[in-house]
Amino acid sequence: MTTEVQDILVRKSLVVNAPVAHVFAVFTEHHNAWWPREHHIGKRNDFAAILEPKIGGRWFERGDDGSECTWGHVLAWEPPNRIVLSWEINADWKHDPSVASEVEIRFISDSKERTRVELEHRRLDRYGDKAEMMRAIFDSEGAWAGTLAALAKVVHEMS
Amino acid sequence: MAVGELADYFPISRPAVSQHLRVLSDARLVLHKREGTHNVYRLNPEGIAILREYLDTMWSRALHDFKALAESSYHRARKEKS
Repeated sequence: MTTEVQDILVRKSLVVNAPVAHVFAVFTEHHNAWWPREHHIGKRNDFAAILEPKIGGRWFERGDDGSECTWGHVLAWEPPNRIVLSWEINADWKHDPSVASEVEIRFISDSKERTRVELEHRRLDRYGDKAEMMRAIFDSEGAWAGTLAALAKVVHEMS
Repeated sequence: MAVGELADYFPISRPAVSQHLRVLSDARLVLHKREGTHNVYRLNPEGIAILREYLDTMWSRALHDFKALAESSYHRARKEKS
């Protein structure tokens, strides 16, 4: 299973008819204005999606009641050409740095008013590690003793 | 693997184990079927693929909205200048 899932990633490419500086600004400064409303992990449906503009900055949502849920962090910040974010959301839609995958977004200037945007969400094999752990736990009764520590960790992370 | 068997090995209650399994099941990372009075669980080998598909759809949607906003705001800014 580990080998199968190692190269699993999501790749997107699109052309935006605007200059690269503008496209970068909309992606980052106006993150909340375009982020789809159905994609959030907090309890509040009314939320702001926020990307702090610096390396180590937080990528998070803030509900209308002030509650915050972390989505990830800024790993690379190279305006206006590239950012890399960590995506720290696990399979049950909770913040969980142990399954952190990476999202790289490149902004490439094709011409004065045309920008190519390439997005790669990679290292989804991080989920595979957990799936592999679960497989060991569920499939092999003989492996019980050895996998107990691992399972305790999984349970702890999911609670 | 039945819930009772699994719970024996943990310092958490059987309902707590059930709850974790339900969460994994909702995320389709494990599959379960009913055998008599028990729910039997196993790992869904397609779990990661399902997750990948979800993220693929999410980014398509997000980037579609992003492109629309980036282009409309740029055209607006240009009109205001001229």
